[in-house]
Amino acid sequence: MSDSMQTLEQHTKSDYKYGFTSNIETDKLPKGLSEDVVRAISAKKNEPEWLTEWRLKAYRQFLEMTEPKWPNVDYPPVDLQDIIYYAAPKKKKKLDSLDEVDPELLDTFNKLGIPLEEQKMLAGVAVDAVIDSVSVKTTYKEKLAELGIIFCSFSEAVQEHPELVKKYIGSVVPANDNYFAALNSAVFSDGSFVYLPKGVKCPMELSTYFRINERDTGQFERTLIVAEEGSQVSYLEGCTAPMRDENQLHAAVVELVAMDDATIKYSTVQNWYPGDKDGKGGIYNFVTKRGLCKGVNSKITWTQVETGSAVTWKYPSCVLLGDNSVGEFYSVAVTNNRQQADTGTKMTHLGKNTRSTIISKGISAGYSHNSYRGLVKIGKKAENAHNFSVCDSLLMGDKCGAHTFPYLEVQNNTAKVEHEATTSKIGEDQLFYLMQRGLSEENAVNTIVNGFAKEVFNELPMEFAVEAQKLLAISLEGSVG
Amino acid sequence: MLTVKDLKVAVEDKTILNGINLEVKPGEVHAIMGPNGSGKSTFANVIAGREDYEVESGSVLYKGEDLLEMEVDERALAGIFMAFQYPVEIPGVSTSNFLKSIVNANREARGLEEMNAMQMLKYIREKIELVGMDEKFLRRSLNEGFSGGEKKRSEMLQMALLEPSLAILDETDSGLDIDALRIVSEAVNKLRTQDRSFIIVTHYQRLLNYIEPDFVHVLYKGRIVKSGDKSLALELEDKGYDWIKEEVDAVAV
Repeated sequence: MSDSMQTLEQHTKSDYKYGFTSNIETDKLPKGLSEDVVRAISAKKNEPEWLTEWRLKAYRQFLEMTEPKWPNVDYPPVDLQDIIYYAAPKKKKKLDSLDEVDPELLDTFNKLGIPLEEQKMLAGVAVDAVIDSVSVKTTYKEKLAELGIIFCSFSEAVQEHPELVKKYIGSVVPANDNYFAALNSAVFSDGSFVYLPKGVKCPMELSTYFRINERDTGQFERTLIVAEEGSQVSYLEGCTAPMRDENQLHAAVVELVAMDDATIKYSTVQNWYPGDKDGKGGIYNFVTKRGLCKGVNSKITWTQVETGSAVTWKYPSCVLLGDNSVGEFYSVAVTNNRQQADTGTKMTHLGKNTRSTIISKGISAGYSHNSYRGLVKIGKKAENAHNFSVCDSLLMGDKCGAHTFPYLEVQNNTAKVEHEATTSKIGEDQLFYLMQRGLSEENAVNTIVNGFAKEVFNELPMEFAVEAQKLLAISLEGSVG
Repeated sequence: MLTVKDLKVAVEDKTILNGINLEVKPGEVHAIMGPNGSGKSTFANVIAGREDYEVESGSVLYKGEDLLEMEVDERALAGIFMAFQYPVEIPGVSTSNFLKSIVNANREARGLEEMNAMQMLKYIREKIELVGMDEKFLRRSLNEGFSGGEKKRSEMLQMALLEPSLAILDETDSGLDIDALRIVSEAVNKLRTQDRSFIIVTHYQRLLNYIEPDFVHVLYKGRIVKSGDKSLALELEDKGYDWIKEEVDAVAV
């Protein structure tokens, strides 16, 4: 092995920068999963009976299902009886302003560099902070309410807008869609709910920071976004999690519904704890995300920057039902050390003249494995459907792996489907070239990696793109200098 | 500027440079010529700090400092520039952003203030003219899809922007047509100053029709076997390398 390969390796052996836990008193259920636990979660949240029944039905279906084995990842089995399914920060009283928020909680945000107070002042960003499954504070809600936009925690939506929740929950991701979606449907704790009335364009980016904070807490977020005819919304989701030893299961469900001429842009920066250099600890991130382009001319865009988690299993997808609807998927997935990711998308074309774009950029370092898995499906009635896919992989060092699994099912011969794939290695030549011009090694690596991921960063909202670039740098940074 | 003493270098246990001695003073232009496989490019890369080479013995002093102890980027920031024979493509990295960041990195190292966007644009435009490039290339990704000539001109532009103390041109003339060759040479000639030194590594004499060297050295089997002025280059043009090989090999026997 050459010297520069060694430097590359050293460079990529970095420690997680967001490792800390905060001591917020929590109210939690004992470990374990059963019908009683499902009922208890529902009762703690004062849910209407139909929802309790919905959960129980999901739980019973879940019991009949088995964990999927097809993803290209390898991890010890998860003991579902060893997980706490509900933990909520103790509420002292109802909060009217930010000043009343637990100072330790605010401190947590400060450590993350995303102080709520600053966020509040930052133009155009409303933050719904989810800590350990319960929304603690929602800002900008009133301002949004003036426009008729609902942006609140899922639990709140269940209380305040039960008819909307009842109408759309499970309408895109059925409770029995897959093993982890069924588990989520049974025990989901909280999440976000967004509703855009007809013709309303949301004037600001809606942003949620998720954070797993309680030891041994399974995190089962559930998000639902409904965009009525002609409405538009951009939603940002960012995650960091504190360091810990036990593997943690994170099984979220996100459902998006776009009516005629509606646009939903959903951007994620995911930085759950990836485990240490030897692969000990870290989050299992098994997520089901799906958007339904229900109306004509509707559009759903998924943009994700995935740097965290020990194991990731995630395929944000679009069902293009409405004629002329558009689905887009832009992804940068970084794996380092012993991380494993199997991620990609499904584009299901059902309507006429539907279009989809897939841009996937995988970066593998250390001993990690990074897989792209994507399905493009063109239904019988999808006349003139068009898909364009690009899957590029970048390898750093010679012990990591990149894999591509593109699947294609075409049932209509008017379809046009294009697929491009490349695999390249971060070259010693590239590093030498950039450093010969005076860039530090770290800077040179960042330059190469950011260039590789540029097409995806271009899709992120400006501030988010800057954060994402930093995150990429942190994820790949090592003991340089 | 640069003092190389008895430099021995190996790649994967094979000795490539077998005792190089060279003294480059400020403002001098040295041409290093030699047949293929003589170690010319190895020498250029060792000076720039490429890690694939193992320095077995000898010393290299640059401005009085031990060059071999310095990292690649430290050498660059200390004023050593290498124009690459095959500049590598770096997809997605905009040429203009790259130029800005290297100019500012080098300015910072020299204790100068960073240039703002306006100053930078003016500065880059000035130098672009010097190397005869189309401004459109600034919007492209670094070296990506550049023709051979464009790549070499981009190297000359970077050299002009960074204003190095010691520039090493590694077979910059290879693969260039006569027009491109002229442009590259003009750029070098315009950048010649009293205190800027050049080491021009080349297989062919033709580049030296345009850039007049102060010294010509012939490298063979990892050693400088002959040194002279520019007339040595013309002699090589005339007679090829065989007579030198014969001379050296005869002595060795």
